[in-house]
Amino acid sequence: MARRGHTLRAETPPHGAVPAGLAPLAPGLLRLARWRLLAMHRTAGVGHVGGNLSALDAMMLVHHEMLADADRFVLSKGHAAGALYVTLWSRGLITDAELDSFHTDGTRLPGHPPARGLPGIRFGTGSLGHGLSLAGGLALAARLQGREGRVFCLTSDGEWQEGSTLEALIFCAHRRLSNLTILIDHNRLQGFGTTDEVASLDPIGRVLAGFSVEIREADGHDLPAMRRALAPGTDRPVVVVLHTVKGHGVPAIEGRLDSHYLPLTEEQVQAAILGDAVLGTGENA
Amino acid sequence: MRRELCAALVARAARPDLVFLTGDLGFGALEPLRDALGARFLNAGIAEQNMIGVAAALASEGLEPWTYTIAPFCYARAFEQIRNDVCLHRLPVRLLANGGGYAYGVMGPTHHALEDYGILSTLPSLRIFVPAFDTDVAAVVEAAGGDPGPAYVRLGRGEVPAGCTAPPYAPWRRLRAGRGPIVVAVGPMAGLAWSAFADGTEDGPEVWAVSELPLSMSPPPRAFVEALSGRTLCVVEEHVAQGGLGQSLATWCLEGGIAVAGFRPVAAAGYPSGTYGSQSFHRRESGLDPESLRQRLSA
Repeated sequence: MARRGHTLRAETPPHGAVPAGLAPLAPGLLRLARWRLLAMHRTAGVGHVGGNLSALDAMMLVHHEMLADADRFVLSKGHAAGALYVTLWSRGLITDAELDSFHTDGTRLPGHPPARGLPGIRFGTGSLGHGLSLAGGLALAARLQGREGRVFCLTSDGEWQEGSTLEALIFCAHRRLSNLTILIDHNRLQGFGTTDEVASLDPIGRVLAGFSVEIREADGHDLPAMRRALAPGTDRPVVVVLHTVKGHGVPAIEGRLDSHYLPLTEEQVQAAILGDAVLGTGENA
Repeated sequence: MRRELCAALVARAARPDLVFLTGDLGFGALEPLRDALGARFLNAGIAEQNMIGVAAALASEGLEPWTYTIAPFCYARAFEQIRNDVCLHRLPVRLLANGGGYAYGVMGPTHHALEDYGILSTLPSLRIFVPAFDTDVAAVVEAAGGDPGPAYVRLGRGEVPAGCTAPPYAPWRRLRAGRGPIVVAVGPMAGLAWSAFADGTEDGPEVWAVSELPLSMSPPPRAFVEALSGRTLCVVEEHVAQGGLGQSLATWCLEGGIAVAGFRPVAAAGYPSGTYGSQSFHRRESGLDPESLRQRLSA
């Protein structure tokens, strides 16, 4: 086990048991959630789907296998609200009919998670750079109250350009909030370019290893690898760099910058659901 | 008011849920509180955005967080955390802001807080406290601590005129009766306005102190409403006119159909000479001194 923060691949500990009341995430359910996410975005005619697809696997894994009653989840990258809504739907906390209201007038499901009123969402987020402070506060609260419970915080990679995220990391590392696990959806694409083009922190795992945290890395679409990487930490916060693909599962938009904003076409959705890349417009369309 | 604040929070320290976070400020003043709270006193470092986000999360778990820093480092630096993390969720975070108005004097304009309660008055559910006198602080801490929503406390330097005794704390207080203009002063400006007219006759101004904002959460009392009609209204505040109590009260009068004989606001003018000095220097440049107030109402 690493005692000083550094990038760690081979030494990732075995994952813990699934808490009581939770069940292992079935690949079929994950596939169903992806289809529901695509259908929801297609119905709403809105974009931001690329960063939802890159984060969905991790969000589903955490919610289905790791998030017991005492635990907390903070979606710092609020633009992945669709993935969160679908994840909560997959756990029975949001109805199917309500998903159809996504992005419509009078909805409880706006483009970024709302502040109040939805089960499973403790904080409204969307302005990047807020979630890690909130997660750190939750982790600190558990310590002060003598409670068990892990806190998971899912950030984007671009949001590490926000100074407040680094303020939060300094705080969490200094306080040795070992009940905190920070997930970085490292899909390498942000709003108007790649993270390397805009303001590179690459390799982000090695950069953050300078803080007193435990760095782990995993393929963000490989469930067994994520299970290992998301195992509880020891004496300091755990940062899990998830190597992901923006638009994962939709061949026409995978790894493409425009998936950050542009809505899907019907053909793209069908191609993804049918698994037929030929129907899609292809990588270079 | 820092000493009084520290004493009030030490008295409250037995509450097991109370957590105090400071943005690396309080040296020479808050040590007794640090000793009383132990692990529940956290120096969050020079990172106000994080401090307030952390406090919001603590409140969401049922704890009672108080944050402390210099006023501009709170409302200006961390405005989005106050707006999103605290107020959108209506979480009971108590934001202690030291140095309202020009209180940091010749430390310079980065340390002044001239637009804090105007900006914060736009946020839902946030109650703003501006204690007028040192003796108000304990009651303000109790009121802010007991409020179910978020609170901002603007601390300054209480000034009671010689020979006067500050009345018990209340959101609105009449300090001086008089048949002349109605003078409404925010927070520590009350002592200054009181001293300006303390020696006057019964025909002099009636002076009120306001210590809670906005008007939607702390409306004027009936006695004020009854006194105001047909008289000149003068609002004195160490805050810019835009977004200040003067504008709020003017709108409130219009909406309520209250006809005043005149409106003479006196507000912080910024830095009209382009030079810097003590709090008194900046107040004088803005007409926020007893002699200027007397002239303003005699003109």
